[in-house]
Amino acid sequence: MTVEKIMAVEETKEVATSLLGNLDAVKAIAAAFAIAVGAFGPAMAIGKLAGKAMESIGRNPEAASKVQTAMILAIAFTEAIAIYALVVALIIKFV
Amino acid sequence: MNISLAAEPIFHIGSFPVTNTLLVAWVIILFLVVVALLVRKNLKEVPKGLQNIVETVIEGALNFMETITGDRKQAKKFFPIVFTIFIFVILSNWIEVVPGLGTIGIWEEHHGETILVPFIRSASADLNVTLAIAIVSVFSTQIFGIAGIGLWKYGKKFLPFGGLFKIKYGFLPVPSFNGIINFFAGFLELIAELAKFVSFSFRLFGNIFAGEVLLTVVSFLVPYIVPLPFLFLEIFVGFVQALVFAMLTLVFLKMAVTEHEHEEHEAH
Repeated sequence: MTVEKIMAVEETKEVATSLLGNLDAVKAIAAAFAIAVGAFGPAMAIGKLAGKAMESIGRNPEAASKVQTAMILAIAFTEAIAIYALVVALIIKFV
Repeated sequence: MNISLAAEPIFHIGSFPVTNTLLVAWVIILFLVVVALLVRKNLKEVPKGLQNIVETVIEGALNFMETITGDRKQAKKFFPIVFTIFIFVILSNWIEVVPGLGTIGIWEEHHGETILVPFIRSASADLNVTLAIAIVSVFSTQIFGIAGIGLWKYGKKFLPFGGLFKIKYGFLPVPSFNGIINFFAGFLELIAELAKFVSFSFRLFGNIFAGEVLLTVVSFLVPYIVPLPFLFLEIFVGFVQALVFAMLTLVFLKMAVTEHEHEEHEAH
């Protein structure tokens, strides 16, 4: 390997170890990852739920209020999962 | 900008720390008790003024509960616990939108740096309060269930020992596969009851605490005009979380007093 490549590899190793050795930096990255990945599943699930609810309201407008009540309940359950991820992120960052 | 996950103690009574969320919860309780006593003082046949407002609200809530339970008598039986949870949670959620939250306080020394300890902090932004309401909700579900259908039938929902053995050849108990699966399903339901503590308390705490952090950060970045849509969002979220808490309590109460549907197994 040429001298420049060796120097680049050494520099990368230095940056990586200094980053991983810094607790605050790792905490920040961990918190960001926790909420980013954790909000993905509930978002898709809520989208599917709401879509199906709209479909059923369109097919049967008279049952709209019943469907709406059940939909809100189901959305609250799935949103709670995203909230768990948020709480974990907050705990990582602030505790 | 001081964001603290735990509620900050304002003063101590002996060795018991009185936190700002505790003070806010006491103020809400005082407000509700005073309103209730005022309405109760001169009850008129034709309501006017405060009694009219309270009666409208209560009748609206009862009608809404009736659409979920389907039975007016059952709705009236569950009304006190469910409506109290709703009104306490919605008032404590809406306190986070009040100006003065997190800004009026006293400067204190903590670990060498001076931070502001605010006087007002929404009661539901404290995990202790939400956990307490969750415990009340889940325990009242168990009590209503046992009082409604009796201890034996209620226990059979979680630990169905009955179907574990089948009597074969007239006297020989043989373990039945369906019975074992049923037993595990009931056991999982017991675990789900325990999960309700966590889910109730963290749902409300996460929503309201995250809302407070959001409002703090947005007001810190751009104090004028930009916090407006976030304030509307927090008002909406406060209402929805109170509604969800009360509705989930109502649905679990209704499920607790309904008998477990007996599945008929056809012997092939």
